[in-house]
Amino acid sequence: MNNHESLKPDIHKVLKKYDSKKDIIPALQDIQENFGFVSEENAESLAKKINSPLVDISGVVTFYNMFRLKPVGKYHIAICRGTACHVQNSEELLKYVEKKLKIKTGEITQDGRFSLEAVNCIGACAKAPAMMIHDKVYGQLTEKKIDAILDSMK
Amino acid sequence: MTKVKIELNGQEIMCESDEYLMDIARKHHIYIPHLCQHDRLERTANCRLCIIEIELNGKRKIMTSCNAKPVEGMKVFTHTPKLFEYRRINLELLLANHDLNCPTCPANLNCKLQKYSGDLLVKESRFNGARKMLPVDESSPSIRRDNNRCILCGKCIKMCSDIQTVHAIQQHHRGFDTVVEHSFNHTMAESSCVNCGQCVIACPTGALTERSDIQHVIDALNTEGKILIAQTAPSIRATLGECFDMPPGRNVTGKMVSALRKIGFHRVFDTDLGADITIIEEATEFVKRLKSKKNLPMITTCCPAWIKFGEQFYFDELNHMSTCRSPQAILASLIKTYYAKKLKIESKDIILVDIMPCTAKKFEILRPEFSGEADYVLTTVELSKLINQMGIDFVNLEDEDFDNPLGESTGAGAIFGHTGGVMEAALRTVADFLGHKDFKNVEYTKIRGMETCKEATVEIAGNEVNICVVHTLGEARKLMEQIKKGESKYQFIEIMACFGGCIGGGGQPKFNEEALKKRVEALIKEDEGKEIRKSHKNPTALKIYEEYLGEFGSEKAHELLHTKYYLREYK
Repeated sequence: MNNHESLKPDIHKVLKKYDSKKDIIPALQDIQENFGFVSEENAESLAKKINSPLVDISGVVTFYNMFRLKPVGKYHIAICRGTACHVQNSEELLKYVEKKLKIKTGEITQDGRFSLEAVNCIGACAKAPAMMIHDKVYGQLTEKKIDAILDSMK
Repeated sequence: MTKVKIELNGQEIMCESDEYLMDIARKHHIYIPHLCQHDRLERTANCRLCIIEIELNGKRKIMTSCNAKPVEGMKVFTHTPKLFEYRRINLELLLANHDLNCPTCPANLNCKLQKYSGDLLVKESRFNGARKMLPVDESSPSIRRDNNRCILCGKCIKMCSDIQTVHAIQQHHRGFDTVVEHSFNHTMAESSCVNCGQCVIACPTGALTERSDIQHVIDALNTEGKILIAQTAPSIRATLGECFDMPPGRNVTGKMVSALRKIGFHRVFDTDLGADITIIEEATEFVKRLKSKKNLPMITTCCPAWIKFGEQFYFDELNHMSTCRSPQAILASLIKTYYAKKLKIESKDIILVDIMPCTAKKFEILRPEFSGEADYVLTTVELSKLINQMGIDFVNLEDEDFDNPLGESTGAGAIFGHTGGVMEAALRTVADFLGHKDFKNVEYTKIRGMETCKEATVEIAGNEVNICVVHTLGEARKLMEQIKKGESKYQFIEIMACFGGCIGGGGQPKFNEEALKKRVEALIKEDEGKEIRKSHKNPTALKIYEEYLGEFGSEKAHELLHTKYYLREYK
């Protein structure tokens, strides 16, 4: 994942291997992987590349929760709201992070450092309640633990 | 194709094995309720109202009839108490999160959800779901979308993508949050929507309706010191009667004129005259292009939805478009210049209201090059609402004639309202222009009918001309792709955005294909009944050229009767 403006990847390079309507989902995943989210501009480039109406791409992007339409923070927090985490009180943890960062779920902090998202099961039920920051899973969370993790991220 | 014997509600019938059960029932005068089925669209069976009971090999089950085909020995039951109950539950579920303020809905009394709820005695929805509370999109001058009244049948999307290939709308989000909207939440005005209104015709509820200008017209009618003029498009007379429960295909010209006078218009003029002048200019232009072999094929430009489509998707090919204005814009221009001069008044003292079959005309009059000409557009459906609001007993009105001088027209102007009509009218005039004489044969029957792409080779005064007539924009796209590749074999093309031409326009009363055919017949009959059937023989048109415009295709004619096109961005 790359969040630095100066190292912004070239959309045409990202889309090089995609050329048919079947590729919508993998291409969107690739866009998100490279840019952190799916911008309208990049979706337009994809529409032209695979010769698909933009509105169909926009329909797919909004259908799947995994796609983001807004940029994410330097650290993107995904709190698991799956069943196992739910019974371990993940709802309260989500509210705690919202309060701590002064943002709502789906938003980004003013300094662009953190963004917050609630996701369905991340498959780390043994470590419930859990969250992911980029590719790393943090388990057995408590408010104190969250403080320690987030405060260490500059 | 094989014949099979089935039993329909206890009656033995023979039917084709590849027909759908809903259509078979309809042929036997049994109507099965449905919200998402449409004859020209893919059948997705998602409204679940068309369920029927079938019995085969002793087993009875419930299935949807819009996408099921008959099997030998099948027993079909379309209206049983069990089905009534199931359909009622399905309706109640559709109503659970529907905006139930029916009296304030623009589709009130013209809504299939409302009709079926009444027919099936739905008293109240037992399922009280959350309301969507979504904002209404009124950004477009032509079409209003209220997603609180959308039942997600998907017909508008298929109409827009599969038939028109405009791809302006699609389902977004999922589950309860599913909405029909434009890409990346853009408004309708920003989108690629060409305002054709075929989605409005397809919509079974009040989610998609025309943008109403009725109140603006009422305000205008009550402005002191203005001359109020109405002009009525060729197709209105063949459809307006249906809004008052008259059978399709009844020509109501006389009652329509009478009603417009009762509403308060000082003059009622006929857009058919504008059509005749369009043909004179277009034929002059075509003969010139044919002789110089430049910018062929030439494409007609009466349809504002097609023009926006061309500007958006085929800007580099727009040299093929005729530069002629539409009949509406031609007559509007002449009313505000020639006629104002005749009355010795200023054009701003005239308020001009166009009665059009078309939602896209509301967009057309806002084009900057037409500013100060037509003031408002009312669709056929809006006019019927205004007639009702004014308490006019339409059905029993005496016939009245259009006003002079802009009320005289020919048979060629009359047929503008259906697919192939503009081409036929143009060929009548082109033949005379090329042959320098008065040809007797005026009927070009090869380009009549409801196929969406009709081609013919006609011999005109020793010239072989390949012509093509298409309706629906999907067909237009195919022709434009040919032109883009330089593979078009045609010299002259007519394009109409709506199925059937203007008689199937987005502002017309909702129709089935049977009604559409009757509407065409009404216009053909009007043409046949006219003494003069060629546009360039219209005495009024000739007089306007003599007094005001000069020669056909003159500089003044170009200034007032021609237009230009723009590159149009869209989201």
